[in-house]
Amino acid sequence: MLKQCEGSHAVAEAVALARPEVICAYPISPQTHIVEGLGEMVKAGEIQDCEYINVESEFAAMSVAIGSSATGARTYTATASQGLLFMVEAVYNASGLGLPIVMTVANRALGAPINIWNDHSDSMSQRDCGWIQLFAENNQEAADLHIQAFKIAEELSLPVMVCMDGFILTHAYERVDMPTQEQVDAFLPPYVPRQVLDPRDPVSIGAMVGPEAYTEVRYLAHAKQMQALELIPKVSREFKEIFGRDSGGLVRPYLLEDADTVVIALGSVLGTIKDTIDEMRADGISIGVLGINSFRPFPVSAIRRALSHAKRIVVLEKSFAVGIGGIVATDVRMAMDGLDQRIYTVVAGLGGRNITRASLHRVLRMAMHDQLEGLHFMDLEWNIVNRELDRERQTRRSGPIAENILRDLGQTKSNVG
Amino acid sequence: MFQVRIHGRGGQGVVTGAEMLSIAAFLEGRHAQAFPSFGSERTGAPVVAFCRIADKEIRLREPVMQPDALIIQDATLLAQIDVFSGLETEGYVILNTHRSFEEMGLGELARRFRPERLVTIPATELALKHVGRNAPNVPMLGAFAAASGLISLESVASAIRQKFSGKVADGNIAAATEAYNAVKAAREVAHAQAV
Amino acid sequence: MGHQDIKFYQTGTFTVGNRLLPPEQRSVQADMERTNSLNSGHRACQGCGEALGARYAIDAAMRATGNRLVAVNATGCLEVFSTPYPETSWQIPWIHSLFGNAAAVATGVAAANKVKARKAGLALPETRVIAQGGDGGTTDIGFGCLSGMFERNDDVLYICYDNQAYMNTGVQRSSATPPAARTATTMPVGDEPGNEWGQGKNVPLIAMAHGIPYVATASVSDLRDLEYKVTKAMNMRGARYIHIFVPCPLGWGSASQDTIKLARLAKETGLFPVFEAEYGEVTNVSKIRQKQPVEAYLRLQRRFAHLFGKKPRLDVVARFQEMADQNIRKFGLLGSDRAAVGFPGSEHK
Repeated sequence: MLKQCEGSHAVAEAVALARPEVICAYPISPQTHIVEGLGEMVKAGEIQDCEYINVESEFAAMSVAIGSSATGARTYTATASQGLLFMVEAVYNASGLGLPIVMTVANRALGAPINIWNDHSDSMSQRDCGWIQLFAENNQEAADLHIQAFKIAEELSLPVMVCMDGFILTHAYERVDMPTQEQVDAFLPPYVPRQVLDPRDPVSIGAMVGPEAYTEVRYLAHAKQMQALELIPKVSREFKEIFGRDSGGLVRPYLLEDADTVVIALGSVLGTIKDTIDEMRADGISIGVLGINSFRPFPVSAIRRALSHAKRIVVLEKSFAVGIGGIVATDVRMAMDGLDQRIYTVVAGLGGRNITRASLHRVLRMAMHDQLEGLHFMDLEWNIVNRELDRERQTRRSGPIAENILRDLGQTKSNVG
Repeated sequence: MFQVRIHGRGGQGVVTGAEMLSIAAFLEGRHAQAFPSFGSERTGAPVVAFCRIADKEIRLREPVMQPDALIIQDATLLAQIDVFSGLETEGYVILNTHRSFEEMGLGELARRFRPERLVTIPATELALKHVGRNAPNVPMLGAFAAASGLISLESVASAIRQKFSGKVADGNIAAATEAYNAVKAAREVAHAQAV
Repeated sequence: MGHQDIKFYQTGTFTVGNRLLPPEQRSVQADMERTNSLNSGHRACQGCGEALGARYAIDAAMRATGNRLVAVNATGCLEVFSTPYPETSWQIPWIHSLFGNAAAVATGVAAANKVKARKAGLALPETRVIAQGGDGGTTDIGFGCLSGMFERNDDVLYICYDNQAYMNTGVQRSSATPPAARTATTMPVGDEPGNEWGQGKNVPLIAMAHGIPYVATASVSDLRDLEYKVTKAMNMRGARYIHIFVPCPLGWGSASQDTIKLARLAKETGLFPVFEAEYGEVTNVSKIRQKQPVEAYLRLQRRFAHLFGKKPRLDVVARFQEMADQNIRKFGLLGSDRAAVGFPGSEHK
């Protein structure tokens, strides 16, 4: 049924349709509306046979999820930013134990400096944690991906992180076609665990593994992600058969066929990029975009196939690896290894900085003429950066950087734009 | 695509106003997108929310920088921030005040825009009268519906019913209706004078 | 197996108390039918108090739950000595996740069991859960999760095996390490050798402050009392906590055969009060049978050897005695003593 609702609300409803049995919740912006919605649905009896647990930290949230998933319950939680970092030890543990937990990450920047706005630093910090990471482009996809996530997770016995842009999607009202319970039941079978804590058939889970087998166990985690490269498109096709729309999959091409320049991006910024590309196409520029839907596993061959004809690739990412540059770009470079293409990294949208069509036009045109540096920080205020660098050269006790910069910026800008 | 920017203060239902506008447009079969300018705003702090309305899927995620309509829920913001930033010359302005643009010292600015698209409405008074609290967002939507003709009063009422129930919904609908009628009546007077 | 009636005067000691009881009340350690949830053949050190405590605690819980029990284990000695794959000493469903999250993982197990019971039309889950860890995993790194589990009153029995330091990593100080004790991170050097003087973190009292249904301390010197408390706990629902005193020959520098003796001395000196509390109030204390001076306890352990060496620190020993005497007054551990006024739940019931 079509409805106009908040992204968080759509996700909460989608999770509810997946018939979760245990939900653990610890509040952190911008994830709050999702778990609030689920809490209300459990309390009102709209989700039956489900325990909703208000835990005392994100570390506990993932730990409770580990316990309930290992006991055979379909388990969900959600977090963001510092919350994801706080649960990291348990995040690795969940994937190491092969527990099919589904978690929303309402993408948000990491501190310090504390920042509640959107970027992808949080999810990207966990790119090696062994979870499958799917990115949603809009709220329809965010809702759909949660339903697919349970299926993928349970089939592989691997946890799945559904990443959706904090605020930009979680707090946006837009049109969502909510599936019916019958459709979801037809798509998603009940959870049959591969391992379970059952007194009738006792097993020991999570014991120590030494050098004699650790490599094999780790390799199998990789092998499972390679299986996911086949499973994710398959689940997306099955989803389309029942729900009638494209959602999920590994990558999503847009105007790629003849494009000399191809932009690569993840998440909601794809929409703004597509609008920009339409405008550039109208000006006769040969450009397209490839959305990466599944960041882990990283679809190396799908990307290579899609981009083999491109002359240059611009990876636009909302995160970066301090000390080297792009994160997504590094993976893309590996996928394109041996091909003669220019690959640019554009870091944009950090800590909620708006990514506008105007800036995209400017940067993409620079890339088209190969006038862009290899690592470009979009809309970076160079004068502010240089003033701080000067200050540090001149004064030993130069003070907290963030405060200095904000003083330099003068009074806080108006909230427009 | 029609883009609306709503200015107000924390506690005045700015975000809810944008959401209701998007629901009203959705109910008329349009695509609509509403989102706040995100922040940890507290009660009283300046807040901005946006709404886009179109006949096809809306993919754009940037903030509304060139609005087709401005809804200003709190006139004290005029001295504080450049609320008119980027407004198209054909744009609409709905301002919450019982005074006129001239009286507000906006006469010169107003002459840059089409006069019939500049509307003032005492939305706070209407809200206090019908809802009992300073929630000017809904009467502002009523005024916007009347001024722009982009959405019907019925759709606004349905959107209100999705967000509120019972007496609060009734009060809000009454406030929106009075605002709608007031703007319609003023325009008819202006039209008659023009003729 | 036949049972022999025996009279107290024939033994002259408390250690064979089992044989004084009617057969149906006796411990079943020598019984072939024993639950045996923690199998023999594990890798614990000789004289390990934790292995003994865990065996009795889990066996008692198995009996109390009709063998429908899941154990969640924090990282630590018990986890390591009982499991390296492919071997496992556990005959019950057992999971180890992390050092600091056993209580939360157990909450998850309990929640899942609750949902499964509801789906099966049962009012209460049949399968119960125990979380267990050492003092490090309980009083330090796992404390947040433990307090959260208490506060939510989740249906979990948490058992802390307290051997007063991080033994698994090589005897480093924890917040349960007694003052003046030598550990790898509180060496007996300088003017104030050993651990800083302080109160440590008294988790049983903190547990009581959560108002949970049941809190108890127990000791491997009184296994029948330990079994009784675990059984009682498993017959209750909600958050429960049992803190078991388990000497560690390796970490304490004590003789392997002195484990039980040390545990008994800890109780008989008053250094480790053994008591029960329900809903935040003390309901029962185990009286000291024959009060012992703290020196008798301290002298058996090399971790306190610096108190009795070339420069004896009788002042420190006196502070220990003060601490023990305060416990005796506070909990009313002697004879017909009543606990001191003002202690929560001090009235005996």
